[in-house]
Amino acid sequence: MILDLPRFLASERPFWSELEEWLDRLETDPHRTMSLEEARRLHYLHQRASADLARIQSSAAEPQTRAWLEALVGRAYGEVHETRDRTHRLRPLRLFLHDFPRAFRRRAGAFALACGMLLAGTALGSIALLVDDGAREVVLPAELASLSPSERVHDEETRRTDRLQGQRSRFSAMLMTHNTRIALFCLALGVTYGIGTAILLFHNGVVLGAVAADYVADGQTRFLLGWLLPHGIVELPAIAIAGQAGLVLASALLGRGDGTPLRERLAVAGRDVGALAAGLATLLLWAGLMESFLSQHHEPVLPYALKIGIGAVEGVLLVLFLSLAGRRP
Amino acid sequence: MSRDAVTIRTPEGIVFALPLAGPGARFVAWGVDLACVGAVGSLLATAIRGLLGFQPDIAEAVGAVLYFGLSILYGLVLEWVWRGQTLGKRLVGLRVMDEEGRRLQPSQVVVRNLLRSIDVLPIFYLVGGAAMLASRHWQRLGDLVACTIVVRAARTDPPDPDALRSDKYNSLRGRPRIEARLRQRISPAEAALAVQAIVRRDAIEPVARVAIFRRLAQRFVAAAEIEPALFESVPDEQVVRNVLEIVLTRPGRAGVST
Repeated sequence: MILDLPRFLASERPFWSELEEWLDRLETDPHRTMSLEEARRLHYLHQRASADLARIQSSAAEPQTRAWLEALVGRAYGEVHETRDRTHRLRPLRLFLHDFPRAFRRRAGAFALACGMLLAGTALGSIALLVDDGAREVVLPAELASLSPSERVHDEETRRTDRLQGQRSRFSAMLMTHNTRIALFCLALGVTYGIGTAILLFHNGVVLGAVAADYVADGQTRFLLGWLLPHGIVELPAIAIAGQAGLVLASALLGRGDGTPLRERLAVAGRDVGALAAGLATLLLWAGLMESFLSQHHEPVLPYALKIGIGAVEGVLLVLFLSLAGRRP
Repeated sequence: MSRDAVTIRTPEGIVFALPLAGPGARFVAWGVDLACVGAVGSLLATAIRGLLGFQPDIAEAVGAVLYFGLSILYGLVLEWVWRGQTLGKRLVGLRVMDEEGRRLQPSQVVVRNLLRSIDVLPIFYLVGGAAMLASRHWQRLGDLVACTIVVRAARTDPPDPDALRSDKYNSLRGRPRIEARLRQRISPAEAALAVQAIVRRDAIEPVARVAIFRRLAQRFVAAAEIEPALFESVPDEQVVRNVLEIVLTRPGRAGVST
């Protein structure tokens, strides 16, 4: 054996300890800015530890030291050879107010495509309900299919008791969590190259189209708008944004023939997907509140015109937010 | 293609290995995380009930939303803040890393955690488990898409140069024939075994320690054909130390110095 191990350990250990301290400091505070001298020192320590590892690898005498040094060099390698952006701080408010609308605008094409899928489903659902008498029972959710729109409107407007009395908050929480779970699932289905995302969007569109056609055909358009707009004006865009994020993910997986490596495409897409996910979850919290506390009240408790007006104001604010927020860097 | 470790070659030409965590360790870490989310969720629910007990509807709703948020954000935030570790991964000694050994990026953490909803399908991570079995580096779908791996990050103690140093008189030193035989006939693997025995001596049960050093000493004495007079009344552990001092230091160097 060429290596004088005890002497080698004794002479190199101080450098390894110094490198380890540096790495601990950087891992504790990843936003730390190093001076040129400090960066040079870190680079030197990394190179020295790498050279030591090469020496010890040629001598199989000490697996423990080798394993320990491999782990140290691995950690240092991650710090020294990283060329991507530094780790961002976790700032939820900035994520929602700045990163989310910017990511939304940057990926407007994917949003348009997601809306197209949703609308295609809506069109099919509407047509199916209008031309096929049997479609109502198949397409509509059971609780809506059991009553005609007119019967339901009559029920709601003549009801003397509040069926959500004492459980409105729970209902709201259920809507928030359920919708967010479905939306994130729609996003994650982007991993199926967007096929799962497209199917889920289309299916949601079919149900929406069938419900809308059912109420419109029965002359209950005002009730429909008053019922759906206060929460739907936020919830539907949120679902479309989930689809948008899923399509962004799918697009990164597929690539566009520009030669960018998959991991780089995913790194860029991942930032936008994260911002879109945070944004849509926040929108769905709001939609859950509106659906439970506003949408379920009908005339004579709340005039439909007021509910439609609130929905319209929400829609305008959402459009303004998504198109204007985060324009300053 | 090894599933035990990912080998990385640095631009300096150094090769190092990141030991991969298998499904078993990851499942245990996931179980710990699940228990943590459950425990924190219960604590939150109790606290909220205490604060909003007069409004049971609101208390239950806030509890449900917070629990949902906790279950979604737990892995994401902890892996972001603790650089690839959750409580479960810390306890089991695992860490999420970039598959090329570079620094883990927030976008990678976000993607691998968002895709968890697919990996858990239909129950108990069956989709993720199938992906792990099919992938090269035990990666679930979220890892494959985020280009991440999960490695065993348990830190061993740093090597202690003093552990191998002996200040006692070495009866084998200054005998060129014995020194040459020791260097020729003791394999690196045997020397490594002896080093491990010395470095970990305090962690080994006394009876087992005596037995280990006796077997090592017998092996070394037989291999180098050392005359009994040279190790008579010398403890087996000291014989092993003396042999290592010869094997691990350069010929001609008297003793170990710094």
